[in-house]
Amino acid sequence: MTAQSPGELRQPPSREAGPFAWFYSPRVRGWLTQLAVFLLLAWGLYAIIFNTQANLKKLNQNFGFDFLTQAAGFDLSTSLIAYSSNATNARALVVGLLNTILIAVLGIIFATVIGFIVGIMRLSRNKVVAGAATLYVEVVRNIPLLLQIFIWYALVLKPLPGVKGAINLFDMIFISNRGVTMPHPLFEEGAWLAPVFLFGALVATWFFRRWARKKQEQTGKSTPVWLTSIPIILLSPVLGLALAGWPLTFDYPSLAGFNFKGGMTIVPEMLALLLALSIYTATYIAETVRAGILAVSHGQSEAAAALGLSRGKALRLVVIPQAMRVIIPPLASQYLNLTKNSSLAIAVGYPDFMYLGGTVNNQTGKAIEVVFILMVVYLGLSLLTAAFMNWFNSRMKLVER
Amino acid sequence: MNQPANSAIIMRSVNKWYGQFHVLRDINLDVKKGERIVICGPSGSGKSTMIRCINRLEEHQQGDIIVDGIPLTTNLKNIDDVRREVGMVFQHFNLFPHLTVLENCTLAPIWVRKEPKAKAEETAMKYLKRVKIPEQALKYPGQLSGGQQQRVAIARALCMNPKIMLFDEPTSALDPEMIKEVLDVMVDLAEGGMTMLCVTHEMAFARQVANRVIFMDQGQIVEENEPNEFFSKPKSPRTKMFLEQILH
Repeated sequence: MTAQSPGELRQPPSREAGPFAWFYSPRVRGWLTQLAVFLLLAWGLYAIIFNTQANLKKLNQNFGFDFLTQAAGFDLSTSLIAYSSNATNARALVVGLLNTILIAVLGIIFATVIGFIVGIMRLSRNKVVAGAATLYVEVVRNIPLLLQIFIWYALVLKPLPGVKGAINLFDMIFISNRGVTMPHPLFEEGAWLAPVFLFGALVATWFFRRWARKKQEQTGKSTPVWLTSIPIILLSPVLGLALAGWPLTFDYPSLAGFNFKGGMTIVPEMLALLLALSIYTATYIAETVRAGILAVSHGQSEAAAALGLSRGKALRLVVIPQAMRVIIPPLASQYLNLTKNSSLAIAVGYPDFMYLGGTVNNQTGKAIEVVFILMVVYLGLSLLTAAFMNWFNSRMKLVER
Repeated sequence: MNQPANSAIIMRSVNKWYGQFHVLRDINLDVKKGERIVICGPSGSGKSTMIRCINRLEEHQQGDIIVDGIPLTTNLKNIDDVRREVGMVFQHFNLFPHLTVLENCTLAPIWVRKEPKAKAEETAMKYLKRVKIPEQALKYPGQLSGGQQQRVAIARALCMNPKIMLFDEPTSALDPEMIKEVLDVMVDLAEGGMTMLCVTHEMAFARQVANRVIFMDQGQIVEENEPNEFFSKPKSPRTKMFLEQILH
């Protein structure tokens, strides 16, 4: 900072003069540090590549991604896209990636909802409500996640009755130790009207909401937007189908031998993983929400109360918007944790990305390539989540002087 | 209980404890409409607690409090009704930092009084002009000085058209040169006929606008009198001692 120091103040002479004066310049020091770090990184990278090449040569293997286009040769219990053992390894990995994304997205939604409710419950004045929430958080977050996945899988879902004794809901949904089996919708020609109507209803709702907000601004009267638009949104695809002459049939599951025929099944592996991940991560989110709300000074809720706002409105309009800036950064890490923890799917054999990476590796022996793909994809998923949360965070930031 | 038509606040034998600690002892107070009252006393004497009981930020455990004809009981509706009629200004302003000055002022009128936004904004601008900062309407509280923030807080309370205003040490957290701008607004308000209860140690303000000065110590009202008498001939020795401490 020598350049910026006020002219009247004299620097100690030993640092100002002498052959080592440059050593005290923050600019020079900054450059030296960066140079050192860069050299260290370059050396590390070189060592990794050189070592890998040498070892591959020793094992008589070559590096390449040809295996991706070869047939996978193994079957899967559940997949979101068409898949058979003739499909390529690349397709198998995509199946895994889609399953991972499905688990992560559903898990994040469930964990957030449960977490916010429990976090607010813990701050309730009602001792029973607060106590129940505290018990849930303290028990669930102190049991290892892997154990919880096993508990859901082995103690809750697997002991369900077998196919023959399945819990039968209206002859349509069957709950058994094979999972939840339900009718599979089959769309025929003309079914495109349903999504078109749904889209139309969503657009109409958007305009309706804008109109309602304007009306409130002008007259002060509020309109129950959600109460009227949710039924419309839900009914619009039905209306579309009816107009198209009902081009929808259901493939109903029926008992055939030792398994169900037809229908579609949510496998117990996925249920166990989803339940465990959401319920476990929700405890951390609950604590984050609680801390965020407590971080808003008590004076804020007092000021809101003094203005006549009810406790609910004070929470919604004054406290939560301020708590969000404390909540969002740790919430983002919880989302990243959930996504990465979904790789524990391997414990119950749910074919997620990690599981299929392992299988493909076993089948082809391409350990380095597979690990490379796994790392890049998980990194990509995490960076996407982080980028979204950063954008959200910057929107919620407080304006200071 | 009989309530004269011109009474704003009635407190009868009000008692309050924090655990074992007896914060308010047998408080009896009658405030008429349009009256301006200054409450002073050493710290911990229960001044803030007393005025915070009036809009139920604190709950009293014994006695009756009737505000603008509404008895304060555990009835939530009564509490809501009282809070609509009573505005409060805090020592630390307690503005909502995530909302602009204008939004701070329109939040309660829109959500509690269900006013149209345009009308609420019009009222807000009127009161922001009255506290002399209409030009700051679109800024955030964090961008204003302490004195400006406290004036916004006063405008925010006025936007609900309160019949009674409570001030809890409104100038204690301010730099000395900002105290005057806030006191000027309060004097202006007093001259407009607002019923005001003000916890403060600004004795010049008390002399200028108060109808009555109340001195509290150890949870009791020790002495109350009109300002000239209060300052020149304090009756109780405790009041005398306190005044000697603060009026050098």
